[in-house]
Amino acid sequence: MNYRQVIARAIGDEMAADDRVILLGEDVAAAGGAFKTTVGLLERFGPQRVRDTPISEQAIVGAALGAALMGLRPVAEIMFADFAGVCFDQLANQLAKYRYMSGGQFRVPVTIRMANGAGAGFAAQHSQPAENWLLNVPGLKIAVPATVADLYGLLRTAIRDDNPVVVFEHKNLFAVKGEVGPDAALVPLGVADVVRRGGDLTVVATQQMRHRAVEAAGRLAADGVEATVIDPRTLVPFDDETVVASLTETSRLLVVQEGPAGGSWGASLVARIAQDHFDLLDAPPVLVASDDTPVPYAGPLEDAWLPTVDRIVDQAHRQLAY
Amino acid sequence: MSGSLADLSAMLRIRHFEDAVRDLFTRDLVRGSTHLCQGQEAVPVGVCGELAPGDTMTCTYRGHGAVLAMGSPLDRCFGEILGRAGGVCGGRGGSMHLTDASVGALGSNAVVGAQLPIAVGAALAAQHLGTGAVTVTFLGDGATNIGAFHESVNLAAIWRLPVVFVIENNQYGEYSPLATTTPVARLADRAASYGIPGVFVDGNDVGAVRAVAATAVARARAGDGPTLVEADTYRQQGHSRSDPATYRPPGELERWLARDPVTLLADRLTEQGAATPAELDAVRERARAEVSQALERALSWPMPHPDTRLEGVYA
Ligand SMILES: Cc1ncc(C[n+]2csc(CCOP(=O)(O)OP(=O)(O)O)c2C)c(N)n1
Ligand SMILES: [Mg+2]
Repeated sequence: MNYRQVIARAIGDEMAADDRVILLGEDVAAAGGAFKTTVGLLERFGPQRVRDTPISEQAIVGAALGAALMGLRPVAEIMFADFAGVCFDQLANQLAKYRYMSGGQFRVPVTIRMANGAGAGFAAQHSQPAENWLLNVPGLKIAVPATVADLYGLLRTAIRDDNPVVVFEHKNLFAVKGEVGPDAALVPLGVADVVRRGGDLTVVATQQMRHRAVEAAGRLAADGVEATVIDPRTLVPFDDETVVASLTETSRLLVVQEGPAGGSWGASLVARIAQDHFDLLDAPPVLVASDDTPVPYAGPLEDAWLPTVDRIVDQAHRQLAY
Repeated sequence: MSGSLADLSAMLRIRHFEDAVRDLFTRDLVRGSTHLCQGQEAVPVGVCGELAPGDTMTCTYRGHGAVLAMGSPLDRCFGEILGRAGGVCGGRGGSMHLTDASVGALGSNAVVGAQLPIAVGAALAAQHLGTGAVTVTFLGDGATNIGAFHESVNLAAIWRLPVVFVIENNQYGEYSPLATTTPVARLADRAASYGIPGVFVDGNDVGAVRAVAATAVARARAGDGPTLVEADTYRQQGHSRSDPATYRPPGELERWLARDPVTLLADRLTEQGAATPAELDAVRERARAEVSQALERALSWPMPHPDTRLEGVYA
């Protein structure tokens, strides 16, 4: 089972468990998804529950919201996360605010799935990690799974949640393999995964960067440096507690993020830790992020845009030498 | 179909409500802005009058009339505009976001056109669950130029959803006359590109609105899909609190005031012998009293406590 295939498995399991769950999006039904992430769902659940839509992102998100107000639990797909731009109103002004503005009259159990991130040569309008766009919008929850088990568990939890949850599926992780047993666990929102434990440094990273952080930790271990690697798995809610607990041992924080630093989860984490836990730190907390440019197309440019294992290792050594 | 004494009463309640809101704003008793619907009352009253229990509605920031026409209580709507804890949204929404799910009023939206996709979703749920419910969504003439309009009508048409799109053509989008922004004179004609019926109606004639709405609602309920209704009407006030509407050509307001929907209906009821002058006076008096008593009550309610400000973001 890989990261791509587990999506249909998770949605299918929730659809089987609850007939209020429906799936809608462009080419999600007959074609099984532009990324083949929803293969087989139409055949299994029929065209009433698995719906191909016109190319109408505002209508997709808004219809999911309206249907949720009336008791369904829609899962809507935005093909590429970049296209959140064309339905940003429905995400940020409607979905996120509907419960609050109405004084709590509604539950809004909507799951929005989007294919996220760089590294596959799709260029600037099909590659950006878009999770930070939504970070500043209270009312949404944001999941950024990096593994097969986390994607499975978080997607199912998202569909069961009574709030809008945006699940970012990283395009460059589709081939990642993993096991999901017949009664695989749901993953709660807001609980980080401590991927690796070490006493010298705390590295926090999501999605593609989590895998690079693990690789970097392996190289650091060869140099005698033991890093803890934490994958927060959800950005909203964010599990500060696990990060802080690790910092009480390591006193050094390195955050690795795919995407520019400005207004990002990485920058926010560094700011919160510096503000609230300054006394824990032996070195300035550091964010390794992408350049402030659109995602470039050419291979060497895109490679340079993404934080590399080398940069992570290098930065870790510098923090230890501080 | 002709309007009834009950329609007159519903329209007068909206008229007095809106007059009172304007008064509250001029006296600086409420915050922000407001968008009033005096002159347009026949549209929400006529359309919502054709709905059944369980039907739903989304509307715009100019939606006080629509929310009241769904049956939301006057005092709790005043309370919301006054930002009171007892308002329909507990003071979280205000004038532009009146929402009362208990009567099917699923939300007033301050982003032009954004209420349409949401209505389509509510209709999708009704179709999916087989509830037989119909969703109505109100929009302005200007909103027919925004992408969400096109996406929503198209999606509703392709899925034959039980939704009725009602354009309140009040001749202006903010300060711009329709002809300066919109290349077709009849907005109902826009239905043709979605393969659905487009119907033009005199929006100041509540009976005519009811007749058109009845057909559209029945069509939606029967599973035959959406209708685009254009109700021709006029916004007697400025666009918002701060707009004196000096851009109107001379005589235009007067022409429309001569076709005021409330007066039209009262005159018709008299002509038809459906109501005596004394009965009309009684209806007028009752509407006025209900509105002023509701306002009194709402004014007596407390503001929300700041300690509650974090409530309601997440379920
Ligand atoms: C997306 C968006 N653009 C612009 C505005 C500002 N705005 C508020 S009302 C309005 C005019 C809308 O006109 P119309 O649809 O005819 O509705 P009316 O106000 O006449 O009822 C505009 C431009 C807005 N609220 N939302
Ligand atoms: Mg208008």
